Amino acid sequence: MSAMQKLMGWIDDRFPLTATYKAHLSEYYAPKNFNFWYFFGSLALLVLVIQIVTGIFLTMNYKPDSELAFLSVEYIMRDVEWGWLIRYMHSTGASMFFVVVYLHMFRGLMYGSYRKPRELIWIFGVLIYLALMAEAFLGYLLPWGQMSYWGAQVIVNLFAAVPFIGEDLSIWIRGDYVISDATLNRFFAFHVIALPLVLIALVVVHLVALHEVGSNNPDGVEIKKHKDPKTGIPLDGIPFHPYYTVKDIVGVVVFLMVFSAILFFAPAMGGYFLEAANFVPADPLKTPEHIAPLWYFTPFYAILRAVPPMFGSQFPGVVAMGLSIVLLFFLPWLDRSKVKSIRYRGPIYKIALALFIVAFIGLGYLGLLPATPIATIFAQVFSVIYFLFFLLMPWYTSIDKTKPEPERVTG
Amino acid sequence: MKRMKNLLFLLAVVPAIALAAGGGHSVPLDKAPVNPGDMESLQRGARMFVNFCLNCHSAAAMRYSRLADLGLTEEQIKANLMFAAEKPGETMKVGMTKSDGKVFFGATPPDLSVIARSRGADWLYTYLRGFYRDDSRATGWNNTVFDKVGMPHVMWSLQGEMVPVYRKEGEHEVVERLVLAKPGSVTLAEYDSMVGDLVNYLVWMGEPAQVQRKQLGVAVLIFLGIFFVVAYYLKKEYWKDVH
Repeated sequence: MSAMQKLMGWIDDRFPLTATYKAHLSEYYAPKNFNFWYFFGSLALLVLVIQIVTGIFLTMNYKPDSELAFLSVEYIMRDVEWGWLIRYMHSTGASMFFVVVYLHMFRGLMYGSYRKPRELIWIFGVLIYLALMAEAFLGYLLPWGQMSYWGAQVIVNLFAAVPFIGEDLSIWIRGDYVISDATLNRFFAFHVIALPLVLIALVVVHLVALHEVGSNNPDGVEIKKHKDPKTGIPLDGIPFHPYYTVKDIVGVVVFLMVFSAILFFAPAMGGYFLEAANFVPADPLKTPEHIAPLWYFTPFYAILRAVPPMFGSQFPGVVAMGLSIVLLFFLPWLDRSKVKSIRYRGPIYKIALALFIVAFIGLGYLGLLPATPIATIFAQVFSVIYFLFFLLMPWYTSIDKTKPEPERVTG
Repeated sequence: MKRMKNLLFLLAVVPAIALAAGGGHSVPLDKAPVNPGDMESLQRGARMFVNFCLNCHSAAAMRYSRLADLGLTEEQIKANLMFAAEKPGETMKVGMTKSDGKVFFGATPPDLSVIARSRGADWLYTYLRGFYRDDSRATGWNNTVFDKVGMPHVMWSLQGEMVPVYRKEGEHEVVERLVLAKPGSVTLAEYDSMVGDLVNYLVWMGEPAQVQRKQLGVAVLIFLGIFFVVAYYLKKEYWKDVH
């Protein structure tokens, strides 16, 4: 026995290192037919790591103080060694996190990855998405620019629309009557400690649940139905390591090329990743003409604005916005189709999904613009499509004409 | 199915067209001649900046010593550009307090460290060439892109005095163009080029690392390109036995 084997034996007697490695990597059998859309899970993990590591370094130089915050970011950009690189990695990472997560969620919609027995994976995933939105929102206050300030003001004011307790609730959240130094400090604490812990915990349970039931695939058929009678290994499964680790390296490199192209040549992405108005220090006395959240929130912002105030209250819009995310949790039970993957679904689901995507992107686009009457009408149409995609799903998925699923995965 | 696709396309495109048609009413901006690689232009712009802007506007994130990036020695910086500071490591502050600025101009002159990132180069280039005589204003000056601006025309001795030619647009009179009424010490073309240098400097000051950033970006992308080839063939090799 070599020294290495001895050491492993010593550890394995005390901690299941080899067993864990086998269960999650070398003997975790993933379907062999993953396509392009299956890169985004591991990429999301990569971006999470980028955000945590760059975030640690930013925290070393950032000052969570309303008098110092804005200039401390510029200090990082100018005087801290490689500070500009770390800051741009973090700001680009924030937007790319959402790019990756949206594509990952779209993959789930296409191949029915939320269906039985993967309901909990989906629910943990939606919780990750919620935590990520909270994390992004809290982090956006920290540079203490005009959009940081007024964006936070608008969002916290949504809580003020809650009947009866709203006013007190919003003061409790802010720790003040307006967004102030107290708000900045607590947002900083939540952004760097509380939510990252929640996010990591959720990512762990998301992966544990995934490895318990096994990955779905573009055909939406279970590979565990056909196992080698001798070894018990799924016939269409291949060990995650080395096959998908080497494949994911290719995906990681391509992703990093896109990431670097943005980071080094267009870090502001024409105002979509870093808004021009956020290079003006926060001024509580000067409301900007046009307040728009960053692009990843705009679909929900458009839904919020599409609902007219009722009885002099914005609350119905807030409820609609909340509902648009809550509905995601119910997806596993709304879908009544006999098949999982879009490959074997009928035309109705394909059209519904296409309409949903158009509506979602349309809402995202409208949410960037000032709310003109014509924009509001379009936002209302898209909002109705968004909600009907979910609410009518039990009906249209059950009458849709599906194709027979194959027994084994194809190509 | 084809008809459905067309319908989806329309649904996606129509709002974009409908909304684009209702565009803003803002003044068209002139293209600023920005070139962060032109050291001489940046040096001239830096001189303009310390002479004309740095009396009222600070650049609190910018250290004098960073001007060395523009190919200047510490002696040159000290002798030609540092009027309001003792040490090159200091940031570009102004003597005028915020409250004084508010009293003098109606609004505190904003810090200019990242002004090019919030306003954009073209806005600054048009703005600094857009001052005209307006006796209804306390300073005697108004501006085509920033109506009723509190800032006077600081560089009037260079540009001279411009007066507006109005055009009727419905009920309102709008400034159509500016004409030179009293020449300054340089021609209008020379003034444009001086403002171009200044804006170039402001863009550079907004992010002094930008030249280094792009250079590093090229190296990183070349590295990733090579890495991609290696990773691709590694994957191919491993996946040979997957059927």
